[in-house]
Amino acid sequence: MNRRMVLNTIGHIALAEAALLALPLIVSFLYKEACAYAFLITIGICLSTGLILKFTTRPGTKVIYAKESFAIVTYAWLLMALFGALPFVISGEIPSYVDAFFETVSGFTTTGASILTDIESMSHGLLFWRSFTHWIGGMGVLVFVMALIPNISDRSIHIMRAEMPGPEVGKLLPKARDTAKILYLIYVVLTAVEIVMLLCGGMPLFDSIVHAFGTAGTGGFGIKADSIAGYSPYLQWVIAIFMLVFALNFNLFYLVLVGKIKSVLKSTELWCFVSIVLLSIGVIAINIYKMYDGIEEVLRMTTFQVSSIISTTGYATTDFDLWPGLSKSILMLLMVIGGCAGSTAGGLKVSRVIILIKSVLRELKKLLHPRSVRIVKLDGKRVDEQTLSGTASYFVIYAIIVIGIFILLSIGPFSIETNLSATLACFNNIGPGFATVGPTLSYAEYSAFSKILLSLAMLLGRLEIFPLILGLNPLIWKKR
Amino acid sequence: MKIIIVGCGKVGEALISSLVKENHEVVAIDKDEAKISEINNIYDVMGVHGIGTDCEILAEAGVDKADMFVSVTGSDEMNMLSCYIAKTLGAQNTIARIRDRAYNENNLGFLQQQLGLSMSINPERFSAYDIYNVLKLPSAVHIETFSTRNFEIIELVLKEDSPLSGCRIMDLRKQQTAKFLICAVQRGEDVFIPDGNFELKGGDKIALTAAPTEILKLLRSMKITRKQAKNVMILGGSRTAYYLSKILLASGSSVTIIDKNPVRCQELEEALPGANVILGDGAQQELLREEGLGNMDAFVSLTGIDEENILISYYAATNNVPKVITKVNRQEFVPLAAKLGLDTIVSPRRTISDVIVRYARAMQNSVGSNVEKLYKIMDGNAEALKFNVHPEFKYIDIPLKDITFKKSILIAGILRNRKAIVPTGNDVIMAGDKVIVISKDHILYDLADIVD
Repeated sequence: MNRRMVLNTIGHIALAEAALLALPLIVSFLYKEACAYAFLITIGICLSTGLILKFTTRPGTKVIYAKESFAIVTYAWLLMALFGALPFVISGEIPSYVDAFFETVSGFTTTGASILTDIESMSHGLLFWRSFTHWIGGMGVLVFVMALIPNISDRSIHIMRAEMPGPEVGKLLPKARDTAKILYLIYVVLTAVEIVMLLCGGMPLFDSIVHAFGTAGTGGFGIKADSIAGYSPYLQWVIAIFMLVFALNFNLFYLVLVGKIKSVLKSTELWCFVSIVLLSIGVIAINIYKMYDGIEEVLRMTTFQVSSIISTTGYATTDFDLWPGLSKSILMLLMVIGGCAGSTAGGLKVSRVIILIKSVLRELKKLLHPRSVRIVKLDGKRVDEQTLSGTASYFVIYAIIVIGIFILLSIGPFSIETNLSATLACFNNIGPGFATVGPTLSYAEYSAFSKILLSLAMLLGRLEIFPLILGLNPLIWKKR
Repeated sequence: MKIIIVGCGKVGEALISSLVKENHEVVAIDKDEAKISEINNIYDVMGVHGIGTDCEILAEAGVDKADMFVSVTGSDEMNMLSCYIAKTLGAQNTIARIRDRAYNENNLGFLQQQLGLSMSINPERFSAYDIYNVLKLPSAVHIETFSTRNFEIIELVLKEDSPLSGCRIMDLRKQQTAKFLICAVQRGEDVFIPDGNFELKGGDKIALTAAPTEILKLLRSMKITRKQAKNVMILGGSRTAYYLSKILLASGSSVTIIDKNPVRCQELEEALPGANVILGDGAQQELLREEGLGNMDAFVSLTGIDEENILISYYAATNNVPKVITKVNRQEFVPLAAKLGLDTIVSPRRTISDVIVRYARAMQNSVGSNVEKLYKIMDGNAEALKFNVHPEFKYIDIPLKDITFKKSILIAGILRNRKAIVPTGNDVIMAGDKVIVISKDHILYDLADIVD
């Protein structure tokens, strides 16, 4: 284990967080709010921690292996969340540290599950920070640092792989750093386009920025008690469409950028994602058309809720907890499926679902023709056996952990529906669930233990399990 | 620069490693999926799984925007074909590894022209020349020649009782009449670019630059002159052995080649009239003694197996063969071999990656001063570069002692009007000169890079 390199990189992360905290600081200055000092203190803590780590641990060698990258990703995310929670506590707006930690983890992991019961009384600076965490966490903290700092390590592909979601992480460009830059460029441009489109629809500037952050990271923190329901139909459509856009694989945008439209249209994952969305909208629309007046409203409500759930954002324009059972079951299924690999969305990822189904079909065919040789293909290319078995074991461990968290959560006083939807909504980084944690309510009533458990679920879901359990395993810290 | 490399074998990997260090954007293509994922893990490159003659694979690798396309798969024909396709699809420069004797000796120029190749490389031939250079002056462990024969850089190992050991570099000029400059010292695994106060020790490997006549003068005063090796025994009838024997025979040396493959022996016997080809296992010490190992001036071990080369070379060294040269392909083994006292190591893939890195760096230069030649010295830990000095260079006509150079940078020689100058603090660089710069830990593209 190259401990110095791990600590040094985490030092860089603390410095990056100090820089990122400057934005909400500016916002609170602009609104002349008292929470500015909370940001100042936190920036001070981040800066000093970062500088101490950076200068006490000059790594002898920059060589890292997979295990270092797991440790770096795990501890970087924990540190971001632990420090990121401080402004809420110091300003006194969320007095309990556990609550603030839950809120921050929910932000960075782009979950959007909140313990706040009265959002509209929060100060602008903190609301901005809350949504900004979505934006940072969406594309990844380390990818961000990689794009900024030259030469973290020659082998930074390990870090990218540990932080980026999806069964296979490929590079767009030969250099990891250039890939990180182009991803962030696409991310920034798309966010900016959304802000402009929201402004055109008459949304105030602050609201536009905050909601664009929430959509881009597929997070879902709003600034209104009724989420998006109070905004005009045009604004609801804009957000609905952008949630779907951010749930797409970012590689596709790059391919469009370099003019390879043909390869975009060949993407199996894209077509499956589109089919799932259209099918769900169709079924739910038929199921609920009596509850709303007019086709436009029915379509708007269904489209918004479906794209919000499948992109794992968690905004709402209606209380979908009141919907009939079939619609809610479909939504719960969409929670598990999630967005495309290589997007900012959570969940199992569409490409994993495709691979899983295809390999199950292969096994079935093998039972009929035991000697047949079959390969699984995706986008016309062979999926190698390691990815297949990796995906299968990911699914198994995913199921085990979800069940485990669900059972531990059930120790509390809430109904099965509440606990199951809370587990799925947190693990898949969606946010609101059903019943007690429905879209109009919050996670405030859970005990401190449950909140920590759910924070862990969010982190596991965002980092896709393996990096976190390997990073927390004390065995990897052994000297080599 | 964007560079595509087809074939991630030994040479391919060495190339990727050096080119990534030079900060190029590298795309690697190989048909072995496991190899590609391994390369992807170790180096910051993009890996593409497929064969280099497949247009779609080449398009995926971005061949139309490639500045350089290098094909180093095991097959010459594959290399030529993929270079041809790459060139047609828009690659700027194509380099193919072409090893087969038939192509190299009969129609290389024609092939290069027809296929639009920028360069063809033959690692074995390059290594053979490397080895020959050392055999010409066996007291050195490595020799590079800058500019037509009037300036050389040689590496040699100081013996414990050498008159140079214990000397400070600034005192050498008074002590020795020869004009030379010690430009790098390797002690253990550390390499230094020494200043005047540096004290030499026995066991150090030193690199020095001077005109060849001055080098001979110095060696005479160190009492280690040796004539060109006349009797050479080569173990292993590889391609390198073939090229080396050919050069040696042409220069009048006698060559004994030992190989255990009867077919190969026949081929060598046919291709190399005058060589003494022996069929036998070189690992048998009896055979080596029988063939006169004890009377050889030099022993060159060129089998395909590093371990065998190292061990048999060690045996030859203990039998007091004056010069032992060992081929070691795996870079990891080089320090180990050095610990056994084997100081002269050649590595074809290192040689070849040096050639391509040099080519890439020369390509990258815009106007102004530029790299004309580049050699890796001290097992690749330092570089010697030759620059042309253009009139725009800012430090023209300023005595060297008044210029503050970056750390680990040294002006090792100035070539002016076909004359070599070993510089002192009072010398100046003039427009039109060629300057030889030794550098460590820097990547230099331009002469201006040497000054802070």
